[in-house]
Amino acid sequence: MLDKEVRMEWLVNRVAQEFKTGDVVNLGIGIPTKVANALPEGIKLILQSENGYMGVGPAPETGKEDPDTVNAGGQYATILPGGCCFDSATSFAIIRGGHVDATVLGALQVDEEGNLANWMIPGKMVPGMGGAMDLVVGARRVIVAMEHTAKNGGVKVLKKCTLPLTAAKQVNLIITDMGVMEVTPNGLVLTEMAPGVTFEGVQACTEAQLLTEA
Amino acid sequence: MAQVVSLEEAISKVQNGMTVMVGGFIGCGAPDQLLEEVCQKGTKDLKLIANDTGILGDAMSQLIVKRCVSKLIATHIGTNKETGRQMSASELDVKLVPQGTLVEQIRAAGAGLGGILTPTGIGTIVEDGKQKLVVNGTEYLLELPIRANVALLNAYKADKAGNLVYRRAARNFNPVMAMAADLVIVQVDNIVEVGEIDPDEVMTPGIFIDYLVQKKPLEVPDVG
Repeated sequence: MLDKEVRMEWLVNRVAQEFKTGDVVNLGIGIPTKVANALPEGIKLILQSENGYMGVGPAPETGKEDPDTVNAGGQYATILPGGCCFDSATSFAIIRGGHVDATVLGALQVDEEGNLANWMIPGKMVPGMGGAMDLVVGARRVIVAMEHTAKNGGVKVLKKCTLPLTAAKQVNLIITDMGVMEVTPNGLVLTEMAPGVTFEGVQACTEAQLLTEA
Repeated sequence: MAQVVSLEEAISKVQNGMTVMVGGFIGCGAPDQLLEEVCQKGTKDLKLIANDTGILGDAMSQLIVKRCVSKLIATHIGTNKETGRQMSASELDVKLVPQGTLVEQIRAAGAGLGGILTPTGIGTIVEDGKQKLVVNGTEYLLELPIRANVALLNAYKADKAGNLVYRRAARNFNPVMAMAADLVIVQVDNIVEVGEIDPDEVMTPGIFIDYLVQKKPLEVPDVG
């Protein structure tokens, strides 16, 4: 298998192929954020930041940080020409109202029914759900982008999530450093594999039964 | 009718035990000078409603660190470790709410609605203890309005009639909270005369606002 860094790059580039010009997209913190820099030539998205603006641009140059322009993670950001600002009610009307074409989020766990857990580990990590529950329910397509297994090697693609859910049955696509899985009524269909990865290799790191066709 | 008052006079209205809404999103658009005064006075037992509790070290975070708050409703507390610590130690009662639900609960209170129906939280622990309704075949949670005694807000510009203009992402929860509290106090970068803000430019109508407090002008880089 190729080394981790190469597979992570494959993952980010693969997520970036999911969009077309003009799509309104909300990218979560971490791996999803990197997708903005990996878009194919000529593809232009309208990125939303749920704290209240459309047209998320690249991070500002040093010395040009604007305290009133931060992204949903609280980091300094920029707003591209054509962007616009709004209040939180409008922001979540955009999200919940079905006006966001896709959201890309990380996950602690995801399962074969499209259930997602990414907001808390009881007794350990309880940061809160922020806007994630609304995004997963409201966005037209929900794409989970994550490392296939946890840092300790633990399995994250399960038959049934065990952590408290962010939302039930809302995930459409799971893209990891090992492959691409579509959530279908029959279960998870492994439609693509990262270079150098075998079906058996992915299945060995996955609790859910992977299918080759829907 | 909005009045321009001193910081001290405005914050003298914030009493121990009150329910207080605070605008801002991880510090951006938070009324930092109002919050510093609330902390300075040693205010206790506040029921705080806010998106988050700031980043450890900022004015918002100090409300928690200085133990001004006994009960919190928020969407995310991960940027202020002290909030999580007090919650784990059962020193602070924390209720976590999805962001889109919280803002609509506040809007419902301000708009005179009896609640809102949202699909967010269905099938999660957020639905525990809540009434569910099916409308046209889709399941929704009934979420109830949230009001406060006081709202502490931040705006970029205000005229003396209380009409507000926000800047960039600093708008966030501020306009919605302006409608949902008995007393609304706004920290403003620039207070101008009546007539100096075009009516089309106003983002929050002045009739919602009680007190305006002038803040030291913010240095904003020229970003076009």
